[in-house]
Amino acid sequence: MIDRKFIGLTLPEFTTRVEAGALRFFAKAIGEIDPIYVDEAAAREAGHPALPLPPTYLLSLQILQSSSAWRQQMGIVPQRVLHGEQSFVYHHMAYCGDTLRFVGRIADIYDRKDGALDFVARETQVFNQANVLVAELRSVLVHRNR
Amino acid sequence: MKKPRLFHALEVGDILPTLTLEPINRTTLALFAGASNDHNPLHIDIDYAQRAGMPDVFAHGMLSMAWLGRQITDWWPQEKLRSLSVRFVGITRLGDVIRCEARVIELIEVAHERRARIQLKTVNQMDESKVLGEAVVAL
Repeated sequence: MIDRKFIGLTLPEFTTRVEAGALRFFAKAIGEIDPIYVDEAAAREAGHPALPLPPTYLLSLQILQSSSAWRQQMGIVPQRVLHGEQSFVYHHMAYCGDTLRFVGRIADIYDRKDGALDFVARETQVFNQANVLVAELRSVLVHRNR
Repeated sequence: MKKPRLFHALEVGDILPTLTLEPINRTTLALFAGASNDHNPLHIDIDYAQRAGMPDVFAHGMLSMAWLGRQITDWWPQEKLRSLSVRFVGITRLGDVIRCEARVIELIEVAHERRARIQLKTVNQMDESKVLGEAVVAL
């Protein structure tokens, strides 16, 4: 069982700059064929200042956060974790070249199936270099306790 | 890519064009692991997956969610996407041929903006649901 005392735990802040090569690699990996996601001229023609981040890419940036000390502290065993739910609420487009800041916390911990499964909800706000809220992310991890 | 501009004509029950993907293979997963920064060996290392009690590696949930995002942005400019949420209800396995399906379930107004709620799901070639979700787009 993951201790409920970790509800509300603030996660280390994390900042990263979005790079074009990484966006193009992601587009290739998901089979994206819309040129606005890989070709800057096409992106500008569609009214964007640079390559846009596709809708789910913010989570890939969040994963870059190297500190996993909080996972160990909470007793999360990587081999026992599955991704249960994911949501994004969008407030502002994010683009290549943006510097994005991720501010996260453990929003909830609850169990199902007589404690066989723990659910850990992590919520993250993403701000750009102008301190504008870009999106809110919520991830629910399922931890198999036995 | 040309996107339709008839959002205002959307009605409840309308179905978006289905997006059907190539069968998932190990290269798909290796590329997505690298590109998505998710290096969890459960998705790329069969030895590790078997030690963790799985028969083989399996697809990242976020790969399916990225495909659902593609299905939406193929038809709506991304700046009109207000939210995207999913539940991962089944394991997506090697060899699965995933189909993304989307259907308008409600037209709503939020903050003086007309929006559509679109029900999303991915299913494999056996019609087994793998990911269930919802997108909200501005009209």
